[in-house]
Amino acid sequence: MDFRPEELLADVIARLIGDVRHVAVGNASPIPATAALLARERGKGRPYVSLLQSRKHNFWTDGARELFDCAGQGRIDVFFLSGGQIDGHGNINLVSIGDYAHPKMRFPGSFGSAYLYYVVPKVILFRTEHSRRTLVPKVDFVSAPGVNEPNVFRTGGPIALVTNRCLFAFENGRFRLASVHPGHMVDEVIEHTGFDFDRPAQVPETQPPTPETLRIMREIVAPQLAEVYPQFAQEVFGVTAESNQGAAL
Amino acid sequence: MANVITSLEDALACIGDGTILVVPREVSGVPMAATRALIRRGVKRLHLVALPTSSLQADVLIGAGCIETLETSAVSLGEFGPAPRFSAAITSGTIRMKDATCPALHAALQAAEKGVPFMPLRGLIGSDILKYRNDWKVIDSPFGNDDPIVLLPAIRPDVALFHAQMADRFGNVWIGRQRELATMAHAAAKTVVTIERLHDGNLLDDPVLAAGALSGFYVEHIAIAERGAWPLPLPDHYAADAEHLALYAKLAATTEGFAEYLDRYVYEKCAA
Repeated sequence: MDFRPEELLADVIARLIGDVRHVAVGNASPIPATAALLARERGKGRPYVSLLQSRKHNFWTDGARELFDCAGQGRIDVFFLSGGQIDGHGNINLVSIGDYAHPKMRFPGSFGSAYLYYVVPKVILFRTEHSRRTLVPKVDFVSAPGVNEPNVFRTGGPIALVTNRCLFAFENGRFRLASVHPGHMVDEVIEHTGFDFDRPAQVPETQPPTPETLRIMREIVAPQLAEVYPQFAQEVFGVTAESNQGAAL
Repeated sequence: MANVITSLEDALACIGDGTILVVPREVSGVPMAATRALIRRGVKRLHLVALPTSSLQADVLIGAGCIETLETSAVSLGEFGPAPRFSAAITSGTIRMKDATCPALHAALQAAEKGVPFMPLRGLIGSDILKYRNDWKVIDSPFGNDDPIVLLPAIRPDVALFHAQMADRFGNVWIGRQRELATMAHAAAKTVVTIERLHDGNLLDDPVLAAGALSGFYVEHIAIAERGAWPLPLPDHYAADAEHLALYAKLAATTEGFAEYLDRYVYEKCAA
């Protein structure tokens, strides 16, 4: 392999983003941020990318609520969510393991998921640890559900789940194995997935990034990324921040 | 008018045991010097509302035994890992947790700001957050047809507390684009602010500064606390002290380590 797993995942996510107006990326999401900036380079400035963690790459001036108001009006097309647990119905758990009143383990909390999952048209689920611990038959706590009853107002929801092993598409309330990443096998995906999913007779291999995509990521995206994710940019792309001003703010 | 600029201890006197206290998220000016002063004073049974999330501040207050109820959407040390005292308190059941989602806290404070009893919010239906929040209600929208929507009661804090770059002698505080600080202040009965430095003159006289200011009308007390957000960042001013936060994450992993942290950085006043 002449590319890193992070580069493959960012390329997969950039293709899922597609041609949209506005992608927002939450905190602690270096790979989705790489993907969003890659999509912007390929789209010659489209989509608009908002990195919530960055001073430079976000336009909000009306306080922390503006992001949510923006999303509520349909002004954010793509967002990323994850979960300590994700189940086969697209439910995500960011709260706890075990009984809610007496949990065995506590995660940070639901953040904006119980709202953004409903109102952002394309939510891409991203979890690099693909195991039966994380991909479960049923989550212990539903921070946000994958689907709702038809009378519940919902303009958004999950479209895909990207893991370190494969890409699942989310259709009609279920996951379908869309492709398996180079170096990984369908049997391995089945073995490490705790929920049932659909799959075609022949599962394609995830398309690797082209040399041009790798060039854009390494030469153009990586220096931009270094402002927000200096450690990640250094580790994956060997790039240090041009100016540390942004990160210092 | 009374002098709004006081000592830190005097400014914090209105935060007593059982106070409903609203504080901002990590990147909006967290009053850490004030938090350490509250711990030293031994404040108890706080109902802390963190808008909409928290990091070190909630974790230290929990570890020091100051919190009875925590209302927020998440507590995490970010790149330094989970918030250890928060996790320990939840798994051992020593604090009451009111889990929320970010826009619900913004909306509930906006309801208080407007003087209305509740605010509707999309999302939430089918989430277990709603299931465990007996104070939230679902109604059929009176303007729709079979359109269920969640209503959130207004959050009316006793005190809003935050740290900002500057304020003037008239109590006007410059908050820049951290507009949620204004919402907090409008919603709370009283507002206490710590600042880096005093601004000569009146912030409201300059239209550019006035647009980023919270009017002194809402502000009860201001205390000067240089580097008052340390070790957290102050937006557009200084960055987080990563080395210190890493040290905190390591020490706070155990009760003994956390006690050592308090001794070194809270009670001994080693804070920068």
